[in-house]
Amino acid sequence: MSKRRSAALTEAQCVSLAQKLLRERLCHQKLPDRPVGLDSQYKHLLELLRRTAVHGESNSVLIVGPRGSGKTMLLGCVLRELMSLKEAHKNVLLVELNGLLQTDDKIALKEITRQLHLENVVGDKVFGSFAENLAFLLEALKKGDKSSSRPVLFVLDEFDLFAHHKNQTLLYNLLDVSQSAQAPVAVVGLTCRLDVLELLEKRVKSRFSHRQIHLFSSLSFGQYVDVVRAQLRLPQDFPDPKFSNDWNHSVTKLCEDKSVEEILKRHFNASKDFRSLHSLLFLAVSRVSVSQSTPREADLLEASRLISADSKAIILHGLSILELCLIIAMKHLNDTYDGEPFNFQMVHNEFKKFIQRKSHSIHKFEKPVVMKAFEHLLQLELVRPVDSGACKVQREYQLMRLMLEHGQVMEALQRYPQCPTDVKQWALSAFA
Amino acid sequence: MSRYITRLRMRRTYKWNGRPISEDRKLKRQYFESMSISVEGKTEDATVSLGQYILIEGDDDDNPFVAQLCKLYTDDSGKKKTAVVQWFVRMCEVPQNKRKLLGRDPHPQEIFFYQDHSCDNEVDGETILGAVQIEYVPAEDSFPEVKSKDVLFVKLLWDTKSFRALEPELVQPPQKSPKSPAPSSRGPQTRALPTPDPLVMKRAMSCTLTRGSMSTGKMNSSEAESLHSASKLSAAKALSAKRRSRASSGPHVRKKLDLCSPTKNMSRDDVLGEILDEHTERTLTSKLNTSPTGRISISIRLTPLNLNEEERVSPLSSHSPDKPKLTAHHKDDATSVFLGVQPVGDDDPEPLISTSRTPRKRESTPRRAGLRGLKAEEEHEDSPIQTAATPRSKRKSAQLVSSRIRKQLNLLGSKVDLLSDGEDGDDDDSFIPTKTDLQSSSDEEEEAKIDSEDELIVKKHRGSRTPRSTEKTRASSRTPRKTPSKKTAPATPRTPRHATPSIPSRSAPARKPGNVLEEARARLHVSSVPESLPCREQEFQDIYNFVESKVIDGTGGCMYISGVPGTGKTATVHEVIRSLQQSAEQDEIPHFHFIEINGMKMTDPHQAYVQILQKLTDQKATPDHAAALLEKRFSAPAPKKETTVLLVDELDLLWTRKQNVMYNLFDWPTRRNARLVVLTIANTMDLPERIMINRVASRLGLTRMSFQPYTFKQLQQIITSRLNRVKAFEEDALQLVSRKVAALSGDARRCLDICRRATEICEHSGSQKNGSGLVGMSHVMEALDEMFSSSYIAAIRCASVQEQLFLRAVIAEFRRLGLEEATFQQVFVQHQALCRVEGLQPVSVSEGLAVCQRLGSCRLLLLEGSRLDLFLRIRLNVSQDDVLYALKAD
Repeated sequence: MSKRRSAALTEAQCVSLAQKLLRERLCHQKLPDRPVGLDSQYKHLLELLRRTAVHGESNSVLIVGPRGSGKTMLLGCVLRELMSLKEAHKNVLLVELNGLLQTDDKIALKEITRQLHLENVVGDKVFGSFAENLAFLLEALKKGDKSSSRPVLFVLDEFDLFAHHKNQTLLYNLLDVSQSAQAPVAVVGLTCRLDVLELLEKRVKSRFSHRQIHLFSSLSFGQYVDVVRAQLRLPQDFPDPKFSNDWNHSVTKLCEDKSVEEILKRHFNASKDFRSLHSLLFLAVSRVSVSQSTPREADLLEASRLISADSKAIILHGLSILELCLIIAMKHLNDTYDGEPFNFQMVHNEFKKFIQRKSHSIHKFEKPVVMKAFEHLLQLELVRPVDSGACKVQREYQLMRLMLEHGQVMEALQRYPQCPTDVKQWALSAFA
Repeated sequence: MSRYITRLRMRRTYKWNGRPISEDRKLKRQYFESMSISVEGKTEDATVSLGQYILIEGDDDDNPFVAQLCKLYTDDSGKKKTAVVQWFVRMCEVPQNKRKLLGRDPHPQEIFFYQDHSCDNEVDGETILGAVQIEYVPAEDSFPEVKSKDVLFVKLLWDTKSFRALEPELVQPPQKSPKSPAPSSRGPQTRALPTPDPLVMKRAMSCTLTRGSMSTGKMNSSEAESLHSASKLSAAKALSAKRRSRASSGPHVRKKLDLCSPTKNMSRDDVLGEILDEHTERTLTSKLNTSPTGRISISIRLTPLNLNEEERVSPLSSHSPDKPKLTAHHKDDATSVFLGVQPVGDDDPEPLISTSRTPRKRESTPRRAGLRGLKAEEEHEDSPIQTAATPRSKRKSAQLVSSRIRKQLNLLGSKVDLLSDGEDGDDDDSFIPTKTDLQSSSDEEEEAKIDSEDELIVKKHRGSRTPRSTEKTRASSRTPRKTPSKKTAPATPRTPRHATPSIPSRSAPARKPGNVLEEARARLHVSSVPESLPCREQEFQDIYNFVESKVIDGTGGCMYISGVPGTGKTATVHEVIRSLQQSAEQDEIPHFHFIEINGMKMTDPHQAYVQILQKLTDQKATPDHAAALLEKRFSAPAPKKETTVLLVDELDLLWTRKQNVMYNLFDWPTRRNARLVVLTIANTMDLPERIMINRVASRLGLTRMSFQPYTFKQLQQIITSRLNRVKAFEEDALQLVSRKVAALSGDARRCLDICRRATEICEHSGSQKNGSGLVGMSHVMEALDEMFSSSYIAAIRCASVQEQLFLRAVIAEFRRLGLEEATFQQVFVQHQALCRVEGLQPVSVSEGLAVCQRLGSCRLLLLEGSRLDLFLRIRLNVSQDDVLYALKAD
């Protein structure tokens, strides 16, 4: 008895341990040992930064790739290896900026000064005016020279946002330093915009070295599945080998499953990036519990259903019959008038026609009640006014648009619990 | 800076003393002998007279110009006061690159006799700040120990090319008129002038009542003593006048009165002191007279002294409140002096003479150092300057204390004590141990007794002589003759904000390039400065000629340089300046000051003023204030001004709505005295026409230069010259790069970057397969592809299936509509249809929108804000053909 309980306990521990491990992988964006399918880019970037760190050569480079293509991961891996080099270790100063955080040059300059620990030199004097800050930093950089001062790596995340700063002062100065005999710097920009160079002013652009590292994943579906498998596997050094063997075995089986493959294919088609894959896998792994200690197809199916669910269709499920009828009326209006905007009066007329002619189950609602239902739809933003309240038209006559696609309405009707058949028929009929 | 403002706020009034001594009818000038300067809020006037060394208001408040006053005259209107001066320069005024010519570290208080005939020696009389004390030190001699920070030493002559030994005669003030009591020798002159601390003068302009009274007395009374107004005499006069004024509280007391003032009863000490004085003087006199090297001037100087001093002492002692304790000490000291002098005097007169500044002998005596103390004591004997330093007004002990506190604060704030004003200034003065502090004459002791508030000085003096004497900590800190504070003052950083940090230096040294390719890469980096700038010879010559002519003529001018980025504008200007500076170093052209500002390196156009001012004078100011200061600087006539060459890079960034920054920049060179050459650089050729209003464009003038983009031959030459025989490239490869770049932009930076990248590619491929080791066509092609090829097609090819379908749907919808724009709803319908055609499960609206946003974030599509939901409008950012091409090849 006691033996079994201890076994159960270890199983629970194993599950939580496995989940913790996977969560780290899927949510915390732990760096992989080696970036997948980015070998040449990895080498290029490493070589470039190594030259800055070791030879004191100034460089500038842009890493361009769509969202989730692994730009930050690539840079993280490169920096990890760079810092492990003996020559570069403790020899390189790293400054990390993000265009979403440092929204103007003033903030960015302060952040640079802070990260370079320059403020120690003169106490609080640094944080004077913007102009002083700039002059201060430039002077600091100017004082250095190629061979004696420490190289500074500037990492500019969301590089394109820096290009929107006034006059692009920061970019000009950083790139200018990288093109002149001052302290060695490497400016690494990360961006997902392919047209980022067109954002740069011509004199800023001229100072940029035009090195771009593109990250386009040319992953095939087979590799994609391999990645899924690798992501879900437990490592060799897992404390309980029996558990990890079971787990890995079931993961392999899972990936070979037809329905799972279909789901993965669907996801792969939608996007190749690993971040959306991670969120899918995360949902699946979260469903693992002590009672079912390995990931199963059902978990993945459920996760996929959750992820690909249409948000508006879900909202439609929560509507009342009256509101649903109004939506159907609007759909008919859209069909009739080819997407032209409508107003409440038109919708009400349509609805009245339906009540009079076809309805057997729907009550005759008073107009104010219908109006109330309409306003509820307005609040849910399923209906939106054409021009937001600028004109002083009576509410009944304000022009509206339905924010639903034809298919969404039909799908919602199919799934609506206990939908009256005459309503369904009305929705399906071509003309009201 | 506040220091500046303090001074600005003070209003000085200048007045002639006495009547004109001569008149020049032709020039309608009236010559004067002295001028008094009174400062608002101060009761005392300062006086400067001919032959005196004066401070003249300059650009640097800490270091005003130094000069010797030669003439003072006014034009017929009588309004404008003009001074003719002989300039002295400080080390900081000597051009930076010439300072090393000195061959040693300059003494902090060293100045140089300035010999440059091109230099305007007439200054506005109203820029005179006050008098200063200067000592001549023979060239081979070492500097005397600094007794006060306000004594300046002149040793050498600076003729704008080299430092030379200074003939002592040169420093003598010229004889102005028979009437003028010009000193016959400069030694005594400087020595004896009871100059107050220049700090004080600067601080408050209240300065030197004693000197003022003295000189007025001297000027106004055409008495016999004016004939031998050697330093000694004037000093004596000063002293007596001062004491007299203390007694009679009349600031301007005539010498005559002084002389015939009735003697009152003396105290015992006074008598002793007098006797001592007399005795020493006599000894001195006799020695001097007998010494063959002794100059005539010296003997002249000394003769009247005996009488003078004798008489002088008596009225002093008359109203001296006795202090027994002090007296005892003094007596001792005085005696010791007396005893000390005797043997030295018997043995060798030189130590004595040395005090009268004939140092040739001074250095010949090996005993000198040992006798220093004695000499110092004797020194004051014949130069009672200390009286000038002793404050006249009675001071309360409270005042003393407060001043002492202030002093200590000033110790901390180093130069800031210049700022402390007025009365305390006088206090400070007395604390500063000038050389007068070292005296031990009974004379001084008496003085101390008279002025109880001078106790501190006396203590100091005693301290310097007798270390055993108990002292306050402050006083003891001064015992080694010079104040530590004053001495260190120039060395201490002025304000913490001048501390500029730098990037910490690396722990491991940077590695040197190892092979040919790395070497080539280092040479091809834009930052590496080439030995010469090829292909810009004509432009170089034009700019050089322009700047050179302006520098030589001492005039000003503007030049506008335009050209697309990367055509070597800034590099060429720097090259010009470099070679101009070289020739200035070789004295082919006058020196000039080069300043560079960059529109991109400032946060606001008005910061340009701040930066210019800071680079010019190291001052910090707000933009408005800086503009005012610069305006003043460039419009005021200033002698000895070097031409300033100002490089304004990225001129278009200095545009403001009123364009006042640009206006000023182009207006200053047109001023007569500005001596400013402005070189402006911008990218667009028609900038003056496009953004400048007429008055600005007109001032910019028509001196324009346009840098054409490099042709492929030039680019090739640039690369070749940079590589400088490092064989790393095949000829064809170079030609390909330069042709390609020339066709696209003519940007040299781009060209160099491509070459650099090509060496990298070569290095990588070289490790795999064995090539020639040179960068070949294939490498260059690859680099060119990387840099110039558009990434859109690659991006589309690597997009996911749904993304590609969506792009296809967009094109289909565009075709259907015949427009280049569609709403998401319309495209989505197409998308779902395409999905069905392709046999894929149709995506939901949410997923479709996500796909659309992803494409938008790469800028393959241009999207409106996503809150429009179904109705957001979509456009393609790539041409339809490119999309179709990319998708077809799939």
